[in-house]
Amino acid sequence: MTRGRNTVLGWSFLLPNFAGFAVLTMVPVVLLFYYAFTTWDIFGGAEWSGLDNARQMMHDASFWTALRNTLYYTVFHIPLTLVASLGLAVLLNKRLRAVAFFRTVAFFPYIASIVAVAQVWNMLFSPGYGPVNAVLRAVGVDNPPGWTTSADWSMPAVIVVGTWREMGYFMLIFLAGLQTVPGELYEAARVDGANAWQRLWAVTLPCLRPTTFFVVVMLTINSFKVLDLILVMTNGGPGQSTLVLAQYVYRKGFEENQFGYASAVSVVLFLLCFLVTVVQFAVNRRREA
Amino acid sequence: MTTLVTPAPVRTETPPTRPRTGNRIGRVLGYLAMVVASVAVLLPFYWMVVSSLKTNNEVFTIPVTWLPSKPQWEHYVDIWTRSDLTTWLGNTVLLSVVVTFLQVLTGSFAAYGFSKIRFPGRDALFLLYIGTLAVPWQSYMIPQFVLLSKFHLSDTLWSIIAIQAFGAIGVFLMKQFYESIPDELVDAARIDGMSEFGIYRRIMLPLSTPALASLALLTLVNTWNDFLGPLLYLRSSNLWTIQLGLRTFISQYSAEYALIMTGSVLSVLPIVVIFLLGQRYFVEGVATTGLKG
Repeated sequence: MTRGRNTVLGWSFLLPNFAGFAVLTMVPVVLLFYYAFTTWDIFGGAEWSGLDNARQMMHDASFWTALRNTLYYTVFHIPLTLVASLGLAVLLNKRLRAVAFFRTVAFFPYIASIVAVAQVWNMLFSPGYGPVNAVLRAVGVDNPPGWTTSADWSMPAVIVVGTWREMGYFMLIFLAGLQTVPGELYEAARVDGANAWQRLWAVTLPCLRPTTFFVVVMLTINSFKVLDLILVMTNGGPGQSTLVLAQYVYRKGFEENQFGYASAVSVVLFLLCFLVTVVQFAVNRRREA
Repeated sequence: MTTLVTPAPVRTETPPTRPRTGNRIGRVLGYLAMVVASVAVLLPFYWMVVSSLKTNNEVFTIPVTWLPSKPQWEHYVDIWTRSDLTTWLGNTVLLSVVVTFLQVLTGSFAAYGFSKIRFPGRDALFLLYIGTLAVPWQSYMIPQFVLLSKFHLSDTLWSIIAIQAFGAIGVFLMKQFYESIPDELVDAARIDGMSEFGIYRRIMLPLSTPALASLALLTLVNTWNDFLGPLLYLRSSNLWTIQLGLRTFISQYSAEYALIMTGSVLSVLPIVVIFLLGQRYFVEGVATTGLKG
């Protein structure tokens, strides 16, 4: 077959998907970087305004709050989910009865609709009559937190639900990674007299590094972009205590119709995800070298 | 490997039974953790189902009641007349089916081009696809909305089909699978005079049923559960999906705890059933996209 014929054939296979992908993903991403430098309200089109949006952002207290809250969520969500999913995967990798059952169950939070899940958790977290605080009182906590009704405790509540929701998904990825750890290594470690804890640190974790790396990248992006959970659970409140970056984009864009400014905030979100991914890949490469 | 060489504490006098006791402790710990984790995972679902069968007053009580005194099954009848559940479910099913069909079709088609036909620029283009997997939709939802509004697609079901059906994830998942099918098979068919489309249709598709099933399930669940897309695009109430409908129902009847939980159960149930039926494919899909991503 000739090169030219192959090109035509190849493209004809790609085209149905690529056309949609180009128009609906690539074009918007490019447009984003143009809109970010424009002023645009509901009444007119986009008007070039240079760095005005960036300057406005610097003095926008709500933007900084959203950024800080996003980092707050990220800093706790990543390690909690990582430890929970990895721990469960290591435990479930043993040949225990009921493992199949639990693998199934652990996935439910991930496939259940976020609206239903958030509503249930809001009821569980209900300060006066909710089961969570009922349990806390029963174990002797006299003054249990107000959770989603309190500015201090709403973010922890969101983090708990975020971790609960995602840990089954990442557990599954870790389980798949564990299948690739050669059994001989465990045998060798056992012969050397390593106990279970030492085997975990000397064999399991080093062998899982590629998987862990992937999971951390995914978790970081997932944390930066968190939106639906916040919208349905707290809507950013009370006050601005759970306002996150993606929600600020949503507010500015779809509630206040400031498409230009919202795009500028989107660029920050985009760059955050991009930067973190690049840095993580670079660090990983250096470690492997 | 170097970590293995670091001297492990030498315990020559360890009796041979020792690893077995260690194993037993590990087992007990394993079961214990599994029970705790199962409870943590399932309790909210249990609460959801039980609350849907309680009266509104019974949902929040001190102490917490874990069983309804008399199950209120009629909630599962009332909800259909108290809300537009039929419309919401209809729209959701329609969208899920159409999006899944398009995603599987275009994804597997493109994956064939990416994995079995060599042409210049192919690998660079694939990198571009992969690259966008790291770009959150939230960061370009505004320009995408502007674009679709210019096409006059906003506030139509087409908008959801458009934003969901051409994801890079489908191409990626199918390509991973096609790579495992030997090129020799494809070459042999070419020598026999089969067209590329024929090879895709009569060799690749039948061989890739498990991957197609994985992709179909992942897409179906994603589309069914999508809340943000419908929230942005679907303004008219006759277009709402189950997620959007349920959300509105919750804000309208905020004190009808039991009915809210009934609606929640009904929004989750179909997905749970589908997941249980196709669990194997679902898990394989996640493992493929996860491991090699």
